[in-house]
Amino acid sequence: MKRIVKHFSSAALLCLCAFTGAAQAADTIRIGSFLSVTGPAAFLGDPELKTLELYIEQLNDNGGLLGKKVELVHYDDAGDASKARTFVTRLLRQDKVDLIIGGSTTGATMAAVPVIEQAKIPFISLAGAETISTPVKKWVFKMPQSDRQAARRVLTDMKERGFSKIGLISGTGGFGASGRNVTLEEANKMGIDVVADETYNPKDTDVTAQLTRIRNTDGVQAVLNFDFGQGPAIVTKNYKQLGIELPFYQSHGVASDSFLKLAGDSAEGLRLPATALLVANTIADSDPQHDVVTHYKKAYEERYQGSVSTFGGYAYDGLQLAVRAVKKAGSTDPAKVRDALESIQGYVGVTGTYNLSAQDHMGLSYDSFRILEVKDGHWALAQ
Amino acid sequence: MLSEFFQFTFSGVTLGAIYALVALGFTLIYNASHVINFAQGEFLMIGGMGTVVLLEAGAPLPLAMLGALLLAGVAGVVLYKLAIAPAKKANVVTLIIITIGASIFLRGLAQFFWGKQYHALPRFSATESISVGGATLLTQSLWVLGIAVVLVVALALFFNRSRLGKAILATSMNKDAARLAGIKTQTILTLAFGISALLGAVAGVIVAPITFTAYDVGIMLGLKGFVAAAIGGLGSSTGAIVGGLLLGLSEAYTAGYISSDYKDAVPFVIILAILFFLPNGLFGSRAVERV
Repeated sequence: MKRIVKHFSSAALLCLCAFTGAAQAADTIRIGSFLSVTGPAAFLGDPELKTLELYIEQLNDNGGLLGKKVELVHYDDAGDASKARTFVTRLLRQDKVDLIIGGSTTGATMAAVPVIEQAKIPFISLAGAETISTPVKKWVFKMPQSDRQAARRVLTDMKERGFSKIGLISGTGGFGASGRNVTLEEANKMGIDVVADETYNPKDTDVTAQLTRIRNTDGVQAVLNFDFGQGPAIVTKNYKQLGIELPFYQSHGVASDSFLKLAGDSAEGLRLPATALLVANTIADSDPQHDVVTHYKKAYEERYQGSVSTFGGYAYDGLQLAVRAVKKAGSTDPAKVRDALESIQGYVGVTGTYNLSAQDHMGLSYDSFRILEVKDGHWALAQ
Repeated sequence: MLSEFFQFTFSGVTLGAIYALVALGFTLIYNASHVINFAQGEFLMIGGMGTVVLLEAGAPLPLAMLGALLLAGVAGVVLYKLAIAPAKKANVVTLIIITIGASIFLRGLAQFFWGKQYHALPRFSATESISVGGATLLTQSLWVLGIAVVLVVALALFFNRSRLGKAILATSMNKDAARLAGIKTQTILTLAFGISALLGAVAGVIVAPITFTAYDVGIMLGLKGFVAAAIGGLGSSTGAIVGGLLLGLSEAYTAGYISSDYKDAVPFVIILAILFFLPNGLFGSRAVERV
């Protein structure tokens, strides 16, 4: 008899909750996610999903969040922006998630933004383009630095080394073209002359003609290649083949071990901006990011038997920020969580130290990028 | 200034030699069947990626290359048997479209089984580059160019001296008459696809140290190779070499002397001009259309 009553009461409760549209709010916190786990952007989405799964599991093992269990509701958009939009709608309407962490690519993120802004649910994007957070959108936050900050970081390093005239070579694809624009703008602000400005098609197999032009330009003191994919590896090889002695920089677009494998010993001595995660093995104990970076690397690699990537790091930071915000807000009320997210200061993450504000929904400064140098075929912090 | 000119020339020769080698693969199938095989780029990819995969499996480099060439040859024969031969009554345009479908299919297979990563192959010579007149020339470009020349000579001898080569030419000129003369045209065509796949794979292996290799290298290299073949006159081996070098040099000179932004545009203007005045390409035979 007692049992029946209990059933009845919980059924009644369920009805009531369903009626008010907050069925899940009672016992679980639902984090929605849409990532490009398969398809052309799988190298982004795969480590991101693995990271979210790993740390949400850990969160639940440690008693959950606000005493509630955390549940991950995930869909794979396969790098397709229109699918991303459909899935986000499903996350909001059917799954009634409390907040969303996702959007591996800028395309998927921007397709989801209008839906999310309308639904008024906090959204933490893992994609890089500047348009996501500039101008600031009320409900949208973003974890990775923009290419503008990468450009500024490289140019700052050049300035510190006394270079004021540089050569630029960039791919004509989306990433390279955008990188070229921000580099030209930032260089202009910082008083650095871009004396040679060359481009190449991302599928080109030889760029020695462009590099020869740069080398023969009067006064050029250093060269920056802004692109991602295999193009920069070809540029790096050609640079070495031509015997150009000028200091050489790459962008954050190739900050990975696969680039080193492709470019081989031609990469020796080049510099690029990257997050501390890439040098987790050699980072100084006194470094503020030391603990978080080494812990993340260890946990991820023990669980998945593969090496960590910067992209998984964005998912880690996104989740940690969400957890902090929910704790700070003391509830999953979207408006309160949003306000809490916006007020987070000094969170030391895998990617950098986040200081969010109403004017800045990304929260990283350009010096969250470290300048790395290739030494003996490995990444090392540049001295 | 002179060293600059040398450098642009070498850069153009490197590009051109690659395009020429790819273009050669188009000639064989075109000669045998008048089909432009748009899956030719995929044979290149099988050559390069096959070598990479076998290397990773622990095979020594020469063995890995040989294995990859074999794999490509088999792929060529299978492509003919499964896709082209069943549609033998179809006209040439249909067959060309079938090869486009086959190329997408092969690319999909490679992406699924071999992954999407780019890979590098080691170069053939110990020294990476030599310096000539203040400019740098890759030793690998010399390999590419040298092997292209060897292949041209071999192809010329094959078509003009050997019975098999003559049989291929006869099949392309008049299939029915060739069959009446006792030539097994089906076998000839199978052979043509197999050999041209092999040629493509050779190109894929030799250019991989310069261009890297991945499941999708066939798209761009195949397209440029086709353009080179069209400039030279489809079906002419000498034309393929000249067309490839012309394309490569015009790209390099444009990038060097005008602007890298126009690098891909100028060669296409040249192609349009050549095809406008010489519709059969530089070395193409005048087509005789019988009604």
